[in-house]
Amino acid sequence: MKRSVFVVFSVLLVLALSLGASAQGVVTMMGVWGGQELEAFEEVMDAFTAKTGIKVQFEGTRDLPTLLQTRIAAGNPPDVAALPGPGAMKEYVEQGALVDLNGVFDAKILNEDINDAWIELGTYKDGLYALMFAADIKSLVWYRPAEFAARGYEIPTTWAEMEALMDKMVANGDTPWAIGLESGAASGWVATDWIEDIMLRTAGPDVYDQWVDHEIPWTDPRVQEAFEIFGKIARNSDYVYGGPVTVLSTNFGDSVAELLTDPPRAMMHRQASFVTSFILDANPDVVIGEDVAFFGFPMIKPEHGNPMLGAGDMIGQFNDTPEAAAFMNFLASAEAQEIWANRLGKLGTNNKINPAVYPDDLTRDMARLLNEADVFRFDGSDSMPAAVGAGAFWEGTLMYVGGDDLADVLEFIENVAVDSY
Amino acid sequence: MRRKTGGLTPLLYVGPAVFFLLIYQVYPALQTIYLSFLDRRSETFVGLTNYKYVFTSPVMQTAFKNNLLWLIFFTAGTVGLGLLFAILVDRVRYESFAKSIIFMPMAISFVGAGVVWKFMYTYKPQGSEQIGLLNQILIIFGFEPKGWLLESPINTFALIIVGLWIWTGYCMVILSAAYKGIPKELVEAAAVDGANELQVFRHITLPELRPALTMVITTMLVNVLKIFDIIYVMTNGNFGTEVIANRMFKEMFQFANTGRASAIAVVLFLMIIPIMYANIRQKLREG
Repeated sequence: MKRSVFVVFSVLLVLALSLGASAQGVVTMMGVWGGQELEAFEEVMDAFTAKTGIKVQFEGTRDLPTLLQTRIAAGNPPDVAALPGPGAMKEYVEQGALVDLNGVFDAKILNEDINDAWIELGTYKDGLYALMFAADIKSLVWYRPAEFAARGYEIPTTWAEMEALMDKMVANGDTPWAIGLESGAASGWVATDWIEDIMLRTAGPDVYDQWVDHEIPWTDPRVQEAFEIFGKIARNSDYVYGGPVTVLSTNFGDSVAELLTDPPRAMMHRQASFVTSFILDANPDVVIGEDVAFFGFPMIKPEHGNPMLGAGDMIGQFNDTPEAAAFMNFLASAEAQEIWANRLGKLGTNNKINPAVYPDDLTRDMARLLNEADVFRFDGSDSMPAAVGAGAFWEGTLMYVGGDDLADVLEFIENVAVDSY
Repeated sequence: MRRKTGGLTPLLYVGPAVFFLLIYQVYPALQTIYLSFLDRRSETFVGLTNYKYVFTSPVMQTAFKNNLLWLIFFTAGTVGLGLLFAILVDRVRYESFAKSIIFMPMAISFVGAGVVWKFMYTYKPQGSEQIGLLNQILIIFGFEPKGWLLESPINTFALIIVGLWIWTGYCMVILSAAYKGIPKELVEAAAVDGANELQVFRHITLPELRPALTMVITTMLVNVLKIFDIIYVMTNGNFGTEVIANRMFKEMFQFANTGRASAIAVVLFLMIIPIMYANIRQKLREG
């Protein structure tokens, strides 16, 4: 009996909520967050409600792309939603579903608070359609400051300096890099991150986008160049610990451990910020930020500046209501992003964020690096069709490191790309 | 007195089985065949395009080639070793202990075995501590460690050995039971007639084991055509180790290409049918 009362009550509540959705003073939002992330976002929403009196109804789903696309097709999208990625954003713009944020954001936010890299990332066909709410970064090189200091190694800021440093290390009897590509059924993704980072720096963001969208073929000399720069390291036993066989056999989470042996077997490791959890799992005594720290992957061609590879939370607006506009402005503000950054250690995109809110020095450093970046790009392989981005590209890098001819490898990927896009 | 049965009674007995067979076997099979003629999203008819991919793409040719290697070496290995062990353990006092040990890997899942053997083959560069048994042995004898899972075609054989490790015990148990069923008189009579061990094996043991051998061989053949778990866990088909079933999994669940995955499934199905037929015929004959 009690249960049926409860069921009736819940049904009524759901009805009330869905009716409320169209009422005044409410913003509906859809996103993927749950657990700790949702708790942090609830604080953001509460702060917004306290400030404006507008309520936010959040709907969380792990299957965002499907659900969002269905709601758009049915003509009742949420007012605001997290977007699965830049590719999805462009698709929604083509469908005419997204609101141009140029007419939504205050001039101050557009001109002062948010750096151009973020504006550019959310821009498509002369409109601004997505707000980067927070980001994670990948273009990081991990090293041990004490070992660098003891050997007189300087942190390189250009690729020429990096190459000189690598040669200096080899001359000293050190091995510059530790790389591990093995990752079970996802083996190879580490190499694709490397190549994306290089491609951004040698060919620039525009060509990078064309490459991700397969507007240039894989056999293009610029793609070839990016592979070659990676191959010069990963296929060379002088530059990488253990040589190509070790690179192919070592699990990505284990390879960073070569930095931590005494003496270190390798001096540098390129990996995203999450690598700290692998370091701490294997060596709980290590103090991240002191024993092990990072610097930004150096620029290669000065004309393409200092780009940053990563991932992030993009938010788009689907309904042009004043409440939704107020909420978007709030999400873009330092106030909202500080909550998110403080609770989750994510990097905010508003440059007015007080660095003190970041949970530790390491995150503060990453935030600084992100703010200094000229361009930001999402992990390209995630935006390619799975048969390429999670198939041929991965496999191709393994073939290449394993000693296959680069022209054959690129042709192999190109053939898969041709019938996947 | 025999009661007359007829009318609806047989249908009542067979009905449920047929019903579930239709739902869980026949309908999915027909649906898969239908999907194999559609595109990746099962929206438009594409004719034989998917089958063209199955038979002409380089990756599928590698898969067919590897499945052939598996077919020959896995089947010969499991059945041959199984037979050898069945005969050898029959002659020792610690038979049941030996059999238990050889059969034991059967209790481990393929995925578990793949993980265990991945450690066996683990490569670490010379000079760092080896955690892989095989490479440590190489080092003891003064050789360099080897990337067992990276070099084709050694890697395919490294994977086949994992399969042997799992399935040899199964073949041994079945063949051992059949071997014990051979009448002693036959063997003794042959011995009296002056036949040596080899002649007894050739003219008495083998013919007597034939039904059991056919059963074991067909079971192994079906196994090997479906082989997936070991490859998925250990190499995921990289470095030239791809097999048909792993490719099917990739196309379906990683690349979301329903058409191609279905076409591969249909081809695999057609390859298994004749073997299943032989297997069932053997069982009927025994019954």
